[in-house]
Amino acid sequence: MEDLADLPDDALVARLQRGAFSYFTEFCDPVTGLVADTSRKDSPSSIAVVGFALSCYPIGVRNSWMTRADAARQTLKVLRFFAHSEQSADPDATGYKGLYYHFLDMHTGKRVWRCELSLIDSALLMAGILVSAVFFDGEGDEREIRDLANALYRRVEWHWAESGTKTVAQGWKPECSFLNYGWEGYNEATILYVLGLGSPTHPLAKRGFDSWRLTYQWEHLLGHDVLYSGPLFTHLFSHAWIEFRGIRDAFMREKSSDYFENTVRSIALHREYAVRNPLAFTGYCSDFWGVTAGDGPPYGQMREDGRDRRYFGYMSRGVPYGPDDGTISPWAMLATLPFTPEAALTGTRHLLRTYPQVCRSDRFASGFNPTLVKDGQGWLSEGWYGLDQGLLVMMIENHRSGFAWDLCRRSPYIRAGLARAGFTGGWLAP
Amino acid sequence: MTAKTDTQRAQAKEQLFEAHVRPEDWKNPAPREIYDLAILGAGPAGIAAAEYAARLGFSVALIERGRLGGTSLNVGSVPSKAVIRTANIYARMHDVEDFGAPVPEEPAVDFAMVLARMRAIRARIAEYHSARRFAARGVDLFYGEGRFDGSHGLVVAGAGVRFKKALIATGARPRPSNIPGLDKVGYRTSDSVFDMTTLPKRIAVIGGGPLGCELAQALRHLGPHVTIVQNDPKFLPREERDAAEILSRSLARCGVEIRLNTTVTGARMNGSAKVLETYNNEVEADLETDEVLLSIGRLPNVEGLGLEHAGIALDGDRGIAVDEHLRTSNSDIYAAGDVCMDLKFTNAARATALMAVENALAGGRGRHGDLVIPWCTYCDPEIAHVGMHIWDARAQNIPVKTFTVMMHDVDRAITDGQDHGFVKIHIEDGTDRILGGTIVASRASELINELSVIMGAGIGMAALARMVHTYPAQSEAIMLAARAYVESRNAARG
Repeated sequence: MEDLADLPDDALVARLQRGAFSYFTEFCDPVTGLVADTSRKDSPSSIAVVGFALSCYPIGVRNSWMTRADAARQTLKVLRFFAHSEQSADPDATGYKGLYYHFLDMHTGKRVWRCELSLIDSALLMAGILVSAVFFDGEGDEREIRDLANALYRRVEWHWAESGTKTVAQGWKPECSFLNYGWEGYNEATILYVLGLGSPTHPLAKRGFDSWRLTYQWEHLLGHDVLYSGPLFTHLFSHAWIEFRGIRDAFMREKSSDYFENTVRSIALHREYAVRNPLAFTGYCSDFWGVTAGDGPPYGQMREDGRDRRYFGYMSRGVPYGPDDGTISPWAMLATLPFTPEAALTGTRHLLRTYPQVCRSDRFASGFNPTLVKDGQGWLSEGWYGLDQGLLVMMIENHRSGFAWDLCRRSPYIRAGLARAGFTGGWLAP
Repeated sequence: MTAKTDTQRAQAKEQLFEAHVRPEDWKNPAPREIYDLAILGAGPAGIAAAEYAARLGFSVALIERGRLGGTSLNVGSVPSKAVIRTANIYARMHDVEDFGAPVPEEPAVDFAMVLARMRAIRARIAEYHSARRFAARGVDLFYGEGRFDGSHGLVVAGAGVRFKKALIATGARPRPSNIPGLDKVGYRTSDSVFDMTTLPKRIAVIGGGPLGCELAQALRHLGPHVTIVQNDPKFLPREERDAAEILSRSLARCGVEIRLNTTVTGARMNGSAKVLETYNNEVEADLETDEVLLSIGRLPNVEGLGLEHAGIALDGDRGIAVDEHLRTSNSDIYAAGDVCMDLKFTNAARATALMAVENALAGGRGRHGDLVIPWCTYCDPEIAHVGMHIWDARAQNIPVKTFTVMMHDVDRAITDGQDHGFVKIHIEDGTDRILGGTIVASRASELINELSVIMGAGIGMAALARMVHTYPAQSEAIMLAARAYVESRNAARG
């Protein structure tokens, strides 16, 4: 088998992108069109992964990995499922108020694990739905896709999730109503606010976005000025769909920066943290970083090399405040390609050379921890996670062609949401 | 033989303490015709006010219904910090391997000795503000329930005390249970936790504010299995998320069982065990324990004071309503400390008391909102704050930038093996004006005072960067943050 790390840049990236893309065709239910949260046996579907899948099908078409007709069929299948599945307060329903439960049974589409009606995951699903509405601009199936996508987005009652307060709830359960969690500090929720604000039917109030921004922390951290958020994915998720380069809201106008530049700086912060490596984890260096949300060694506590070590399982990890247990997400470096291509590539090559086991079937595992060694190897997450693969496909494509960004620029709802959030300049300029 | 001696010593210290704070043979003085200042309550605020006013030459009547020193000395800051110190030493014994020392055999906790040390410390500190010292300073100290009988008069132990000005400093008490069944099951508060003579095997702490977190960690270090139940999604709702999360991980690391976002809905007995009924989202669960510690905030002591006779208004749960100069709705009566302040801390009580004395007697116009009041949660690591939080500043349209130094980049923190945490200094972006700061560090309660002094003196980041600090010192983190500011400014100027 040829060594991935020895491939030229373009070939390496293209191969890893295709490997990630194939997750969506391999782990998709043939009837509902829902996509599995992970490759593990009996995994339910995650609506966020479906949102990524819908965003990736056009990329598959563009790269000739699937035909446009197949992409349309696949898209239509899942949109029809969402359009016709049960929307009610029933605990077994698929969604309520136009929003959807985080995890659904792959075959029946019913809620599983008594999970929450999730605002952020619904937003990621809707982002994918809006991508399909823009991409499929033909007649026949493609017209139905547009009609369904518009209807699904317009029926989401975003304002309901404000539940009479200033901010949006993170979720709701039929058993206990709104969850007692809000959004504090900058994170991945920008896409949620943009889609919520852009709704022509049930929009979020602008004050919620303003209240959220009151909690933003503009920090000088490890030598970098950043709008702080610990986990790396929070600097990437919204950016998979929206190119924030050159557009600014009031906060970024005040700081003479933009959210794209902020991600560039945050990547530098993550690398700097890895170099300093204050907790002395194995492997950390300028080419081994990517502390973010993902799978990790099961919860436990032990002493190793005279240090107190704790492991957190699936967890949102962050730097520099933690939590950090020495686990990185192997896909994360490559996902920063549009922002810091050199760092992304040198890091990915270093990872593939040093720990080739993190990439099997051209897909990166969710988590890897070389500090916790078993049988001579670092701990490695089993299988693959759909979110990781989707983000990677989109970010690589945005780096190569800006294709996903271009599609979203053409969505009137996304433009309206950005405008209501106060974004101006750059590609938003009239 | 040794145990008996220890017991005798402990009893002697307790008698000494009582003699300082509530002498058995005390006789109230005959009241003067009129006092310049009458003070209701002899906690930190009342004591500070009485000493200050007497030093200024005013006649002072100090009225206390219980023991001198208030919550802080009797059951609050002083005893808890004494016990926390012992608890931290026990915790360190388990970590000595990190410091290159062999791990000792499992150290046995002698809770009676822990409490004896605490009582000895309390007696020593009580001496500085004892009843006899007050008398020697010319303060007329009255023991008994004090109650207003008019706009310029009080009654205490049957005697009338007339005054020109008065100060209400009656403090606050732990908020009682509103949990069905808990009264019947029985619970302790911060006021009664150290009345325990032995440590139970299991303790459940309800409330994840500063007191709840401090006591949960300290008690865990002393041996019991501790579960802390907090109805919010994070501890210390007043603090920044990063600080609260570091504390959360610290509590978990030392073995405290954490139940965040969980409400206690009821309590019952199951044999000899106490059972707390909890609810987290839709999940109901029972928590079995031997002892319950309730720490859900504090209520101002405003009952039975005859406020209505003096025309003094209340401000809801906050307590006595005061204006920015600490004056009540009766313009000759002031209030200070926990009975009227949002920040119910000993240092805030003392500072507001001094301000109230100056405003009442010396023509002062001090505003309590101008006070720079730091506070600290005494966990390991400690979490301290002063001034504005980011959200306060942003709500006032002040652009904020934070300069952060991680403690793992501070040499002294590394040599001490105490490199968890950070120093954050918030400034007005575009200037070097310090708005506030948060410190998470093993010595945050000390470090925050440097920041407090700097803010009070109006010193900016540029001047702070020029201040030479001792090396190595954890306070170097503050200087490093200021230097980062200067480097950042210079870089921006090109």
